[in-house]
Amino acid sequence: MSLDIEEVIRIAHLARLGVDESEYPAYARNLSDILSFVEQLNAVDTDGVEPMAHPLEAKQRMRPDRVTEGDQRERFQRIAPKVENGLYLVPKVIE
Amino acid sequence: MHQKKLAELAAALRAGDFTSEELTRAFLERIERYDGQLNSVITLTAEQALQQARAADARIAAGEGGPLTGIPFLHKDIFCTLGVRTSCGSRMLDNFEAPYDATVSARLREAGAVMLGKTNMDEFAMGSSNETSFYGPVRNPWDLERVPGGSSGGSAAAVAARLAPLATGTDTGGSIRQPAALCGITGIKPTYGRVSRYGMIAFASSLDQGGPLASSAEDAAWLLQAMSGFDERDSTSMERPVDPYPEMLDMDLSGLRIGLPREYFGEGLDAGVAAAVEAAVEAFRGLGAEVRDISLPNAALAVPAYYVVAPAECSSNLSRMDGVRFGYRCENPRDLEDLYVRSRGEGFGAEVKRRILIGTYALSAGYYDAYYLKAQQVRRLIRDDFTRAFGEVDLIMGPTSPTTAFRLGEKADDPVTMYLSDIYTIAVNLAGLPGMSIPAGMVDGLPVGLQIIGNYFDEARMLAAAHRYQQVTDWHRRRPPGFE
Repeated sequence: MSLDIEEVIRIAHLARLGVDESEYPAYARNLSDILSFVEQLNAVDTDGVEPMAHPLEAKQRMRPDRVTEGDQRERFQRIAPKVENGLYLVPKVIE
Repeated sequence: MHQKKLAELAAALRAGDFTSEELTRAFLERIERYDGQLNSVITLTAEQALQQARAADARIAAGEGGPLTGIPFLHKDIFCTLGVRTSCGSRMLDNFEAPYDATVSARLREAGAVMLGKTNMDEFAMGSSNETSFYGPVRNPWDLERVPGGSSGGSAAAVAARLAPLATGTDTGGSIRQPAALCGITGIKPTYGRVSRYGMIAFASSLDQGGPLASSAEDAAWLLQAMSGFDERDSTSMERPVDPYPEMLDMDLSGLRIGLPREYFGEGLDAGVAAAVEAAVEAFRGLGAEVRDISLPNAALAVPAYYVVAPAECSSNLSRMDGVRFGYRCENPRDLEDLYVRSRGEGFGAEVKRRILIGTYALSAGYYDAYYLKAQQVRRLIRDDFTRAFGEVDLIMGPTSPTTAFRLGEKADDPVTMYLSDIYTIAVNLAGLPGMSIPAGMVDGLPVGLQIIGNYFDEARMLAAAHRYQQVTDWHRRRPPGFE
């Protein structure tokens, strides 16, 4: 499997991840190497093998539906890059 | 006092030979004196440590507290700590002060352990050499031109140099065991679900597990006990009592059956490492264990399966780092898209980006079945190999790492070669089993690690075997020259 630069740009967009243009060739090369390496998996016959979600087949635990935490907005927003009146600020989305 | 084992330190504190404050100062001085060479600590918390030490002294004087009360430790910078920065080795979280304690942090705080600081690590725990850290590489105390292993490289180097008697780590594909091996100390990756992941910054949630690093199995047993236990805030935490590991160190091991996977002794294993591991296995035979060959037929598929599952989970977990609610935000974003793209592009380093990209690709429309589903099927085959093996043996042993510590920069430009340094540790994470590494020899002045793999929740037997070995050998007592 080999990824070209177009493909790297597409994936980086899906991940909303800035990649420097000068680094596209290096990423294309590294990612292709990793994917070729991973391709060994295709040689294995896994017909009828159930994908493994948990090693001990544990199920999600249920808990009573009751409030366990109070409002901690101020505490959480203290570490935010930009807030105003209890809201997280981002660049304008709607004109 | 820095050479004493944990039980001796605890006894000395109780006997009044020295106070926790004095002990804490002694280790802080060692960090001050030696860490310029190692770079094992990202954030030193000297003031808080001395406060905690004085509080511990008061508890001890009142006849309260437990075995860890007043004992200093270093905490991997992946565990959230209230009031102290948690960077995860990344520029992205360079300014991040968690608004809460991880369960492991809270447990150790309640136990009265004294946190000296937060240790260096590969960025978001992605790496096997501690070279991907935003805070620079950690150096191996046995040879400063070599890596300590990773991702818990700071914790391993610090314990090896006795800058702290104990440290915490996390292990997603070998990140406790491999650095423990390369630095000549004892490290444990517990059964998946044994140690709470709450507040432990997630890399690959189905593989991540916290654990102890220490100078011996005995010391590690105490820390593991304090870290372990059910936590309702972690939905994958197992509701099951914790064995009293320290009390079980001397459990009866007669008739112990040890399996050696043929696949772990083949091509790629350094001859010196192989010889040291074989000698260690011989020592177990001498102690009365029955040793037999076993097979893990799908062993070679572990690294490829891991490099689908781990990046897939990482790309999903790290999507929360978006520059909006916490962490790094780029300057003057043009619009929301630009805010996301540049904050993440500038906040993450190259290895983290590679894994996010691989994971995003593997999970993208049209590729999910070919990659993720396939890897999860192979994962079951790998787990089934172990289940069969544990039908005939009690413990599995082999090398932790194919080589001793490699040179800084040696593998930094070749991701796949770097990934293969975890070839013997990764399957254990995929299967959710407990594993540990103990020092078992030296090759050209560098430590060799023996890996011991146990059955699910059989940490006590693993520890007891390691303890027995450490009573008849002194590899775990060797200290790197220059750090006495």
